[in-house]
Amino acid sequence: MSYEIIGMVVLWTFLFGYVIVASVDFGAGFFNAYSILTGKDRILTAIIQRYLSPVWEVTNVFLVFFFVGIVGFFPSTAYFYGSILLVPVSISIILLAIRGSYYAFENYGSQGHRGYAFMYGATGLVIPASLSVVLTVSEGGFVDIMDGRPQLDYWALFSSPLTWSIVILSIIAVLYISSVFLTWYANRAGDTEAASLLRRYALIWALPTIITASGIIYELRSHNPEHFDSLMNLWWMFAISFIFFVGSVWLIWKQKNYGLAFILLIGQFAFAFFAYGISKYPYLLYPHLTVSDSVTNDAMAISLIVAFVAGLLLLLPSLYLLMRLFLFDDQYIAGKK
Amino acid sequence: MPLFEDPVFGSRMLTLLTLTFHIIFATLGVGIPLMIMIAQWVGIKRNDMHYIMLARRWARGFVVLVAVGVVTGTAIGLQLSLLWPEFMQLAGHVIALPLFMEVFAFFFEAIFLGIYLYTWDRFENQKKHLLLLVPVAFGAAISAFFITTVNGFMNSPEGFSIVDGQMTGVNPIEAMFNTASPTKVTHVIATAFMTSSFVLAAVAAFKLLRRSNHDYHKKALHLTMKVGLVFAVATAIVGDFSGKYLAEHQPEKLAAAEWHFETEAEAPLVLYGVLGEGNEPEYAIEIPYALSILAHNDPFAEVEGLNETPADEQPPLFVHYFFDTMITIGMFMIGLSLIYWFASWRGWSVASSRPMRWLIVAGGPLSILAIEAGWWMAEFGRQPWILRGVMTVDEAATQSAYVGHMFVAFAGLYFILGVGVAVVLTKIFKDNPVELELGEQGGDRS
Repeated sequence: MSYEIIGMVVLWTFLFGYVIVASVDFGAGFFNAYSILTGKDRILTAIIQRYLSPVWEVTNVFLVFFFVGIVGFFPSTAYFYGSILLVPVSISIILLAIRGSYYAFENYGSQGHRGYAFMYGATGLVIPASLSVVLTVSEGGFVDIMDGRPQLDYWALFSSPLTWSIVILSIIAVLYISSVFLTWYANRAGDTEAASLLRRYALIWALPTIITASGIIYELRSHNPEHFDSLMNLWWMFAISFIFFVGSVWLIWKQKNYGLAFILLIGQFAFAFFAYGISKYPYLLYPHLTVSDSVTNDAMAISLIVAFVAGLLLLLPSLYLLMRLFLFDDQYIAGKK
Repeated sequence: MPLFEDPVFGSRMLTLLTLTFHIIFATLGVGIPLMIMIAQWVGIKRNDMHYIMLARRWARGFVVLVAVGVVTGTAIGLQLSLLWPEFMQLAGHVIALPLFMEVFAFFFEAIFLGIYLYTWDRFENQKKHLLLLVPVAFGAAISAFFITTVNGFMNSPEGFSIVDGQMTGVNPIEAMFNTASPTKVTHVIATAFMTSSFVLAAVAAFKLLRRSNHDYHKKALHLTMKVGLVFAVATAIVGDFSGKYLAEHQPEKLAAAEWHFETEAEAPLVLYGVLGEGNEPEYAIEIPYALSILAHNDPFAEVEGLNETPADEQPPLFVHYFFDTMITIGMFMIGLSLIYWFASWRGWSVASSRPMRWLIVAGGPLSILAIEAGWWMAEFGRQPWILRGVMTVDEAATQSAYVGHMFVAFAGLYFILGVGVAVVLTKIFKDNPVELELGEQGGDRS
């Protein structure tokens, strides 16, 4: 396998990890705020806080890993995306910064301010929306090269239906992923009241997820026919994804095995996410930047891969310890530790 | 306003703003884990509840600082690409390795910090809990190591060559262990430990000046001043090596910091003052031979002057004041902690006098100021280069028309975060005073 493929697979996997972990976090913030608004905070807040407390920094690292890694493996992305994304990414950074630090302030300092909870809930939906713009830009059609420098056409970007469909998908997917995970988490904690409420949210957001995702594929057909065709060649991956989706919804509907339901959900998103990723190949920014003309030199690629393997050997046992202590320790989840 | 009209100037100012804010939290983030570790270790060894409580309370404040360090670190990580796209494209090819490893180190640290914080009462054996801090402190220090090598690379770009505009022969290890790295890394880590100690000492001294005369604060003060002294001395020694590195490899930076224009032997060290006609320092203190000693360990050695550097490659002369600020505060802190240590060793009352405690209180913010001044000198002193001798800031910066607007937005963000930190830290410790907490723990054994 060539270095660029290895690099791409690693980075895409980490981005997928971020999508899942961050979705749980973003959605949890929203449900928390929503429950306060509707007077159901008694049911949800405790369970959400117990999950979020020890893991919030870890979530953020997935994102950092992705953007540092992509600059390392594909330095030209720093030039292209760096030149065009100053405004949208700065907005994302500011929102992430406010959200992350105020989470810590609230958690370790003063507790229970309602305005904070609403802000935390709102950013949970705005951040995925703002980050998803990067994916839209990568589809091409919004970037012109002027005097050798890439320029973003804001008007084209924000008047495109594709942009808004991706924004809506990102928000709905966040709510769906999060509610399925929290259903399982609440159920493990033995908190049936919270579990049944979250189960209802999961069922509400299941169908919209599939509808918006299909809508995007439909829009790509006119926006980027080349990409649409390669997506269609991978129809079987989307089919598997859909079967996973049906499986997890069925389990949640029947109130059976929420753990398996969440695993199926990960499978559903993994197949869709990787099918999307593979179909984009070889473009990093359509049509200006491909994987092969932006990849770094061999020496750097080898040393990054070695560092990556060594890093994983260090991280995986540590992550395992973290999960065992907080995610899979029934006594902790139930609030007895 | 140039901030809004000139993207290069705007990019420089936004980077200055972010780094100036971030470095406070990064420095404390590297230094405080070690202090927590020392306190908890002493507490376990002497079976003294006060030290355990110190570790516990420091850790509680520490996570708030880390949170801001994380989010501002994310900001600077992305801003490097957003503001300096040309630079990051080049840097990505040569110096991406330590940047990448820094993420791993931080990941490692974050995981164990999470575990450490939430397991205070989950271990029968306190020593096991203390062990969890080792990866936290190690991860923090090694993060500082990795990221500082990147800055070293900007000052001393090595590990590649450019032939006909094409980059060849990249060696990531050589780029990481460039000539500037050893002195820079040790300087950054030593000053992080020093600053963290003195900031914590300032808190303890402040508490002792206000109503509380609790043993807890006295022990805290004593411990932090001792550790601070050790690292202040270490910093001075490393600083001397840094001077020699500069004289040998980046003479223009040392010359600008020192207002040393003509190459000459027996060069004096110029402190303070203003520049008069024809760049003649006035009202300055001159220490004879001292610059020659700093640069080459030899009072008669020749030190290269700024005039040897082409005019358009000279750093701005105001870095002199940053240099002076850093050196003055460093020396002041060595003196203060030495007097404190000596006086308390001899049992002199001056160690616990109010003026002494006020000076220690001032030492906290002053140490932070010294860190800032040091970084301002390092960064302005490299101008006009972003990568010395290879790429200037003009060539590297974005052409975006919105840099000024982003500056305003980030200034607002840092203001909010700064106020937030101050409010939250005050609240955490005011709502839960140590006397109360020690009572709750039932462990006041002194």
